[in-house]
Amino acid sequence: MDRIPILRMGSFLLVTIQVDLYDRLALTLEADLVQMVNKTGARGVLIDISAVSIVDSFMGRIVGNIASMSKILDAETVVVGMQPAVAITLIELGLPLKGVHTALDVEKGMALLKSMMDEDQETDQEEIEDGPVVE
Amino acid sequence: MSLKINKLLQKKKKNILELWMKNQLADEGLREDLISNEELRSQSEELIDALVSNLGEDNFENVDSDLWSPVIEILGGIAITRARQGFTPRETGNFVFSLKEALLEILQQETKDDAAALFAQSLRISRVMDSLSVVTFETFIKGREEVILRQTDEITEISTPVIRVWDGILALPIIGTLDSARTQVVMESLLQEIVETGSSIAILDISGVPAVDSLVAQHLIKTVSATRLMGAECIISGIRPEIAQTVVHLGIDLSTIITKASLASALAYAFKAMRLEVKKIPAGQR
Repeated sequence: MDRIPILRMGSFLLVTIQVDLYDRLALTLEADLVQMVNKTGARGVLIDISAVSIVDSFMGRIVGNIASMSKILDAETVVVGMQPAVAITLIELGLPLKGVHTALDVEKGMALLKSMMDEDQETDQEEIEDGPVVE
Repeated sequence: MSLKINKLLQKKKKNILELWMKNQLADEGLREDLISNEELRSQSEELIDALVSNLGEDNFENVDSDLWSPVIEILGGIAITRARQGFTPRETGNFVFSLKEALLEILQQETKDDAAALFAQSLRISRVMDSLSVVTFETFIKGREEVILRQTDEITEISTPVIRVWDGILALPIIGTLDSARTQVVMESLLQEIVETGSSIAILDISGVPAVDSLVAQHLIKTVSATRLMGAECIISGIRPEIAQTVVHLGIDLSTIITKASLASALAYAFKAMRLEVKKIPAGQR
């Protein structure tokens, strides 16, 4: 059975969807990806859909699900390279993909994930610095 | 026995044409600026030729029959050209009506002493010429509508330019009312341009939009969400005080969208988001 490869890049996972997603493939991807996030402790998931030209409500929901699931596992999801036609279709279907970050291409998506990680670390450090002083 | 109309037409073709031309040239509404006399004459001649050569006695009144189609085609062609040239409906109508007058006049000359035949034949001629004028008007209006449709298309094309104001910043000034069809065009050209230029910020300037109702707001929100899905940020600028009032009174929630009062402040925001800075050079320095 076909599978979409999930690549690991440091603390991020990279998924490039090169074929049009049919339902079974999307469901497998969802399951694989969540497994992978859990196994690798990834902090970010980057999904490149620049080759996807057809989208339906199911596919929109799967992407939304992946984002919500990753969020619970403490990983941010960035969807990059969406085609204009796909964006218009999703909006017309009433799926604005709330909770999913977006970027124009893989490069900008990576930069976005990195900046989010940096912010996280800064806040973490601040918390430590501001933390109660034990005498 | 009764007079054959097609025979009469064939016999009197020259006379009818002369009379018709005389009628047309005598008409006050003659547009010599739009059509030359020679051209008018050749148009008239063509129509009469078609009329004479295609008509038999039995199909004379049945305008739907196939034999009439060459006549209707020629008439339609003339009506469409006239619509494009800018003739008024009255002037176009007079073209056919003056032919009817000419025909009736010839008929009168031919049937001087037979009142019953004159009446019967003129009724037939009237009926036929009336349906021809209806055809003329229909085609004329169709021609006009085509012109209007083409202009609407052109306006939609022209009125949605996507401007590159800076590397990575696009601006799209919207002028005129936003309806569904227009939003579609705006959205498509904006998204396409975002992909082509790799811009990360788009400014939608609505200072040229006369009114914002809930439908227009809906369209704006859709465009902004689509831009966000593409991975770019969309700012709405040029919101006039009246528009701000209507939006709040209508209870439209624009809180999820970045809005700025003017294009300048939107641009300033975009610069800040892209970590760019505009500096004034102190006097004396170059």
